[in-house]
Amino acid sequence: MRVIPIAPSALADAGSCNEEGNGQVPRLDLPLVRREFLKGSGILMGTIASGSILAALAPSRAWALELQQLSESEGQALMAMGRTLYPHKKLPDAVYALLAKDLDAKAEALPMLRTGIAGLDQATGGFVNATPAKRLAAVKAIEGTPFFNTVRGQCVTSLYNNDMAFAVFGYPGSAWEKGGYITRGFQDLKWLPAPPQAASPPPFFG
Amino acid sequence: MAKFESGDDSVVVIIGSGAGGGTLANELCQKGIKVVVLEAGATQSSATFINDEWKSFSQLAWLDNRTTSGNWRVAKDFPNLPAWTCKTVGGTTTHWAGASLRLQDHEFKTRTVYGEIKGANLMDWPLSLKELEPYYARAEDKMGVTRTNGIPGLPGNNNFKVMYAGATRLGYKDVHTGNMAINSQPRDGRGRCMQLGFCFQGCKSGAKWSTLYTELPKADKTGNLDLRPESHVTRIEHNDAGKVTGVVYFDKDGKEQRQKARVVCVAGNSIETPRLLLLSSSNMFKDGLANSSGQVGRNYMRHLTASVYGVFKQPVNMFRGTTMAGIIRDEAKPNTKRGFVGGYEMETLALGVPFMAAFLDPGGWGADFAYYMDNYANTAGMWIVGEDMPRESNRVTLHTTLKDKWGNAIPTCTTTTTTTTSRCASMPSARASASTQRPAPSSPSVRRRIRARTTSAPAAWAPTRRPASATPTARRTTSRICSSATAASSPPAARKTRR
Repeated sequence: MRVIPIAPSALADAGSCNEEGNGQVPRLDLPLVRREFLKGSGILMGTIASGSILAALAPSRAWALELQQLSESEGQALMAMGRTLYPHKKLPDAVYALLAKDLDAKAEALPMLRTGIAGLDQATGGFVNATPAKRLAAVKAIEGTPFFNTVRGQCVTSLYNNDMAFAVFGYPGSAWEKGGYITRGFQDLKWLPAPPQAASPPPFFG
Repeated sequence: MAKFESGDDSVVVIIGSGAGGGTLANELCQKGIKVVVLEAGATQSSATFINDEWKSFSQLAWLDNRTTSGNWRVAKDFPNLPAWTCKTVGGTTTHWAGASLRLQDHEFKTRTVYGEIKGANLMDWPLSLKELEPYYARAEDKMGVTRTNGIPGLPGNNNFKVMYAGATRLGYKDVHTGNMAINSQPRDGRGRCMQLGFCFQGCKSGAKWSTLYTELPKADKTGNLDLRPESHVTRIEHNDAGKVTGVVYFDKDGKEQRQKARVVCVAGNSIETPRLLLLSSSNMFKDGLANSSGQVGRNYMRHLTASVYGVFKQPVNMFRGTTMAGIIRDEAKPNTKRGFVGGYEMETLALGVPFMAAFLDPGGWGADFAYYMDNYANTAGMWIVGEDMPRESNRVTLHTTLKDKWGNAIPTCTTTTTTTTSRCASMPSARASASTQRPAPSSPSVRRRIRARTTSAPAAWAPTRRPASATPTARRTTSRICSSATAASSPPAARKTRR
């Protein structure tokens, strides 16, 4: 199994991992899962659905992510909490795993996270496997607690500030290296009438 | 770059290199006056600006600790970020959207026109619009403001098309792509706008006016400018006669320095300027410098804002092109029938996915929030910017216990919103909702949702009637678009309709 380090930068290398063409799989310098198991405290893994636009971006549809502090089940609970807070059908688990990874790196928050996860488990009889409605009720019940605030606050950047989320929501990110949008559709909207030239003069092209 | 001696008391020291400081520096240098500009931030350039919202925020924003209090929403959502101003050479002119509007005639006489408003320190300006017109014309020429001096307007992007269609359907007449200090065609050695969509992140094409690459290099060419970046001024000193003699600052190595001066100009924005005057208190001036009125730091005025995001059936891709791509000016005229004084402008607003997540509804979560993010590509954004009233109790003060890394009290911004301000702010949200709800023949929207948030925003430089301002310019420039970001007061989704 190959491991994709789940970080926005991983996608920049997508081209080097192209499996099209002559059928040869390029040799990749990726760490072995087993070694990761030995080092970390837990590992999260999954597969990006083949129909997803992300399947084309990522080097492999299979992904795995190592946790340093939290256990696998704790990581999964945080992913489930992320999905309860920000339920996006189109976002793969790989994105929610970024939340677990980023929270895992917050050493000072670990005791609070563990207590919070235990509380969710207790409230639902197992948070990860609970129904979405039960999960939502459990999360709503702790709204405003430091645990809730920490996880929710982390979601804002972990879930929405990465290339996978950009691709899913249709946001291309940096534009200057592509020459901006002056010739790439900044006024291509056709479902409303074009404003008159007095209100919106034509662009300057020399 | 010129280098002047620290003991040279013939120089003019300007604190801050943004809209006020950078401009003043150039004007003085052109007249042959030696100028030392002390800028707290580091030097960036169009080459080093980053088309990435969070990374750029770290690069440019003023992130020194600040605190907030009062009933405004900012105090809850962004307690340590009362205003999105910048700490970099060029100041907030690197971040502003470029909107360059003149004050209107009645806005010079607010006390006369609005009458007495309880709790508000309204005053008439000692100047009229007529007297300032030649200066406005000069400033617009220097900054290259569109629709002035024969400069064509900018081409409107998709977000503008949506606003234009809605606005004209509501009967608004004064709707166009604005008076923007962004080159619509090459001018003054700078290229035309590439419609990058990252106006807030520092313009990488240099089409948007910023003192960083206009006034400051021009000043430098005269040989009269000594610009010292990463120089944080902590104190203005004076002699026994009570006259200012120089400033104390910390250089980039954290070393304390002292620069003599014949004149000191404080152009450190609406928070740091009063803070520095208050920090400079002495035996002779126990309440701080220039504060015999007791008004320094008071009448802190922000832009009063609300932002509205509408989800449409078909794509908008609002992120393409200028952030402030258009304006509706009809509501800026005085009209007491609406139940409040003052007026407001409506402008487009666009955020990338990262800042949409952070600022759409700070603290928001759940399926409703996710809906807006899911429909990002089909979202059009706009906001309003209206007048805030000058109130003594809305103020910048020195924190009683918290200190910055140089051991000086950090600033605290206290703001209480009133019914007048919230009534004004809720008004355009209601209208925008009405506009978007109305079925449009050209867009048979099956599913529409409107999020209208009533927010009061801090102004980066809202220059009217601020007694302690070092640059009492009567130019009104709406630079603070992302105010929804740092902004907010009163009820979060004050008006939210769904169908």
